[in-house]
Order: sequence, then C-alpha cells, then structure tokens
Amino acid sequence: MKDKTMALEKITRRTGRAIPVPGDDIDTDRIIPARFMKCVTFDGLGEYLFYDIRKNDDGSEKEHNFNQERFHGATILISGNNFGCGSSREHAPQAIAKAGFTAVIAEGFAEIFLGNSTQLGLPCVILSHEDRLLLSVSVEEDPIQEITIDLIKEEVRYKDGSLPLLLHASNRQALIEGRWDPLQDLIENAAEVDKVASKLSYVNTAG
Amino acid sequence: MSKNLFEKVWEKHKVSELSDGSTQLFIGTHLIHEVTSPQAFGMLEERGLKVKYPHRTFATVDHIVPTNETKEPYSDPLAQKMIEALRKNTQYQGITFFDTSSGKQGIVHVVGPEQGITQPGMTIACGDSHTSTHGAFGAIAFGIGTSQVRDVLATQTMKMNLLKVRRININGSLGAGVTAKDVILHILKELGVNGGTGYAYEYGGKVIDNFSMEERMTICNMSIEGGARCGYVNPDAKTFAYLKDRPYAPKGVQWDTALVEWKSLVSAEDAHYDDVINFEGADIKPTITWGINPGQGIPVDEPIPTIKSLPVELQSSAREALEYMGFSEGQSLKGTPVDVVFIGSCTNGRLSDLKEAAREIRGRKVSPHVTALCVPGSQIVAGEAEKLGLDRIFTEAGFQWRQAGCSMCLAMNPDKLVGRQLCASTSNRNFKGRQGSPTGRTILMSPLMAVAAAVTGKICDARELFKDEG
Ligand code: SF4
Repeated sequence: MKDKTMALEKITRRTGRAIPVPGDDIDTDRIIPARFMKCVTFDGLGEYLFYDIRKNDDGSEKEHNFNQERFHGATILISGNNFGCGSSREHAPQAIAKAGFTAVIAEGFAEIFLGNSTQLGLPCVILSHEDRLLLSVSVEEDPIQEITIDLIKEEVRYKDGSLPLLLHASNRQALIEGRWDPLQDLIENAAEVDKVASKLSYVNTAG
Repeated sequence: MSKNLFEKVWEKHKVSELSDGSTQLFIGTHLIHEVTSPQAFGMLEERGLKVKYPHRTFATVDHIVPTNETKEPYSDPLAQKMIEALRKNTQYQGITFFDTSSGKQGIVHVVGPEQGITQPGMTIACGDSHTSTHGAFGAIAFGIGTSQVRDVLATQTMKMNLLKVRRININGSLGAGVTAKDVILHILKELGVNGGTGYAYEYGGKVIDNFSMEERMTICNMSIEGGARCGYVNPDAKTFAYLKDRPYAPKGVQWDTALVEWKSLVSAEDAHYDDVINFEGADIKPTITWGINPGQGIPVDEPIPTIKSLPVELQSSAREALEYMGFSEGQSLKGTPVDVVFIGSCTNGRLSDLKEAAREIRGRKVSPHVTALCVPGSQIVAGEAEKLGLDRIFTEAGFQWRQAGCSMCLAMNPDKLVGRQLCASTSNRNFKGRQGSPTGRTILMSPLMAVAAAVTGKICDARELFKDEG
C-alpha cells in the first residue's frame, strides 16, 4: 500500500503553451454545464469543457480563443478572479484535466474548486491582477511561447520575464512532495479515526 | 476569550494534523446523491476498498429525477442509468437509500433535516455545495468534490484547512413582506460572491433568533454563494423542538444526553471571532438579482446600479451580466415581463415556503403568458402540502404541481428554460445557462416575490401587491 503514496508524481513545475479564458467569476456551471454531467464516470468530460462559451445554441462555433487554431495544444489555462465558483462538482477540474490541461493560472479561485483540483494534481496558482493582465496580453500576442509555472521558486516565467505566484502553503507542499492525493495518509491513520469516532455519541448510538 | 461553535466542533472531530499542516477531520454524517457519488464508488472499487462506516452515510436521488413521470425506465436513459448505479452501490455497500419508492425521497438538503439525520454539533459532508444548509442546526457542513466523497466513504474522514469564523448579525426586525431569502440576497449583495473565502459564517442577531428552522436553512443554504465554506446558526430551543421525535433523532435517555451536549457546543457570549459584521433588519428590502451571479442584487424598488458606481473589480462582470440579461445600467426591473416562475429547490422548496406562496396565490390566477411550476423539496413536503390542499390551490391558480426533486434549479431533468426565457426563480443560482438553456435568464427572489411575478406576469414589489393582507 505504501507504494501507492510513493507513486504520486512530485509536481514541481508545469510547462506548456497557454490560453487565456477572459472573465471573472467563471463558475463551474460554465466550465461544465450540468446537462453534460449525466454520467457515472468522468471519462469523456473533456469534450464538453466550456461548451456554452465555445458554441452557440445551434452547435456552431462562437468567437472564442478556444476556437482559434493558434491556441490549439495549450495546456495551461489563464483566467480572472474567483475562478471555479459555484457548484462543488469535481466534474469541472476533471473536465479541465481530461481536455489536456495541466495547470490553471488565475487571480483567485473558489475554495472547493481549488481543493478538488489540488487533489487531482492540477496546480492552481494565483497572479496579481496586473501580472495576470501582463501574462494574458503576452500570450494573446504570442501564443506559441512556453510558459513555466515553477512551484519551487514560486514564479511564472514567460518570454518577457518572471512573475511571482501565490499558492496556499499547504497546497504547494502537497504538490511538490507528491502527497496531493491524501487518501493513503487518511487510511494510515485508521486507529486514530476509530478513537475519535468512539468519543462521538452520535456515531455510536445511531444506526 | 471563549470558543465559538465552529472551533468546538472542529476540535471534537480533529483526527490528526497532516504533513502539509492541514487537518484530517472526522465526518460524522455523510450524505450522497446520484450525480457526484458513482465515480467515487468506482474509485473505491478500483482500489478494492469498502465503505468504512456504512451506517453513517445516507443516500437519496434528486438532481436527475423527472418531476412529472414516475414509471421506470425514465424516458431519459442516462437518468435511468444514474439512479440504477446509486441503487446498486448503496445496496452493495449497505448504505441507507431513500429511493423514489420510499416516500422519503427528495432534495438531499431537505431530506437530511426532515429525517432528523442532521443534528447540532455534527460534521456533515456531501458532494454538493449547498450542504451548508445543514448548518441551520448548528452542524458544520461542507460541500465536497467527488474525490473527497471517495475519502469519506473509505475513511470517514477528509482533509481540510481550518477556517476563520465571521459572525454576521442581523439586528432588529424585518419589515412586512421581507423574508429570509431577502436577507441572504442582501448579505450577498453587500459582501460579494467571494467575500466569504476562507471563512465559516456564523449567523446571529435578533432576526435570526426569531427565524423558524426553515428560514434558517434558507439563509445557511446560500452561504456558499458568498464564498464561505459553510454557514451555521447556534442551536436553540427551536432547533431541539424541530428535531424531537424525527426518525433519526436520538430517543429517550439518549435524547436527554444529546440535549446537554448540544447546549454545551453553542458559541459562548464572549466567543472569539475573526470578523464581525452587523446588518439592520429594517434596512433590508425584498431583494432580487439582476445579473449572472447571486451577488448582483438590488432591492426591488431600486434601479440596477450604473457601472461607474460599482467598485472597479466588479465592473467587467457587471458589463457581461447586463449584456447577457439584456438589461441596461440604471434600469428599474419593476414591470419587466417574466416567462417562467419556479418555486422550489433546496433554498425554498420546504413546506413553509409553499404555505407562504399558497396563501397569496389563493383566489388569484397565474398570468396567461407565464409557465409556473411548483416543485416540493421532498416527497414528505409534497405529502404534507397535499394534506393541506396546497396542491389544489396551486393548480387552480394555474401552477403545475410536480413531484419532488431539484427540477429547474439546475435542469438536469426535463424541466428546462427554452431559449432566452426569463425565469423568476426561488432557487439559489442565476449563472449563465443554469436553468437548462444556454441563453436562459434567471432572476432570484423569495417565494412571495415569485408568486407576485406569477400573477402579474412581471417583476413587481410583493409588498404593494399583497399590502391589503396581513
Ligand atoms: S435544488 Fe438546486 S442547489 Fe439544491 S441540491 Fe438541487 S440542484 Fe443543487
């Protein structure tokens, strides 16, 4: 069982091309509309990522970075403030990951989304408003450039320099130590769990 | 300084500190539904794990159930597949399932309290953001993602970072026609959709003290809309009276012991808070949303703010909202025609909501161009409402009376807006496309205001329409 913990990747950096998804408060309903959640596995969700942002009612394509050739192959998402707010559906980070993205940069994240993503090994890092704009503009102009998110040095590097990134200390540690999926740790403390349970009257008397 | 309820409950449930400084927290009560659980059961199976405490997990089906057909297989094969997966998983793992044939099925956040499963001082988790609803009982209740559902199933614990606690007081009293829904929409308007990040919200003050349990649930339900990870009210005599004799509430001597314990968890008079905010009940008016997030709200008798008047960081989303909704800055929404009225959801689909709506709808008619739906939050709510004849009051007025479920709150079943329809809705989210049409539009409001919109066919001030009545 120990092996499974060891097997988790130590995530210290993500490198790739990026795509800006403009807007603040991009909620999880927009990341993956509820009508695509009628499924019993997460497979295939990537196809519906940002569906209503990308497509018109009749299925034709809207004008959006996602539909532009020049952004094809991007693996890093860039967005505004409060990204991932709304529903706690893990379908949202799952859809992002299944669509081939390996990290998200934004000005801020909703908490449940951030937790869900970290647990999947999808780093979510924060830039200040000004820095995020700088980066978005640069990427819009030159989408071919490589962006590096460096979790050790806590910076985002792009062709014009580096920008300091913010990341919750515990999330950062979990990612770089390869402990982002906590299940194994939780399982190992089983004795402690039973001890806490035995002191909770509602756990023992009900049922 | 003494401890608040959140701190006391956290301490009792803390299992260990994990290597990254977060907490392994014991989750006493786990609620599951069909949308966010099948993948978690799949993950357990992959690892050959069983559910650790099956008697501490309770299941129901709500999001995908059709509200106008009972016969299976449902006309939507995907919905059928999801309900069957839940049946199979709960049966195999020995988990209680309030299935459609149980007479107890309904929206998970209505069912938990109704069955007495939700109790003070518990930690509760559910793969659904509106789990904050259960905080109305003085429980610490978190919405979680599917991998965490897996963690709770496998270990009865999950990883959490400690939260700060913000006390929100609603002082004084509310004016006539102002309801719990208006209070929470007002709070969201004032504190914003991410003002609560990193916080648990503790609601108090005279208005909250005077609220019924159902009204407290409406408030706690939308804590998540403000970015708070959970929201709660300290338990009191009303909480205990609500729970007494419910199926899963403690009985006999155990009830007496529980009562002592519950009282000991209440936040002390001099409890520590990381932040305190005060609102005056008298300042709160019937509130509606005009935009595409629940914080974009206005008192019904005031115009949509001008872009200029908003803080810079809210301006771009305000512009986007106006464009999507087809409204202009400075516009008053009174008199705006609505196409659909939806009364229901885990925010306002309980018996008191339906009673309040029925009181005003009696003897009136739904405006001819409006489609109006009333969807009870659970089979028990539906049964009680029917016993009181509310179903007849609604249908005689021209409302459709449906079976329990989430329905048009997020439209994972056949109840959907069409095209750009404008919906006056008692639910909790007005996101783009939320109610099933990618271009559909939602205005959030109280049941009272929704009834007023149904009978006039327009957004109007319920206080003016119903002013002759008590
Ligand atoms: S009623 Fe709406 S918000 Fe509540 S659980 Fe159902 S879908 Fe979610």
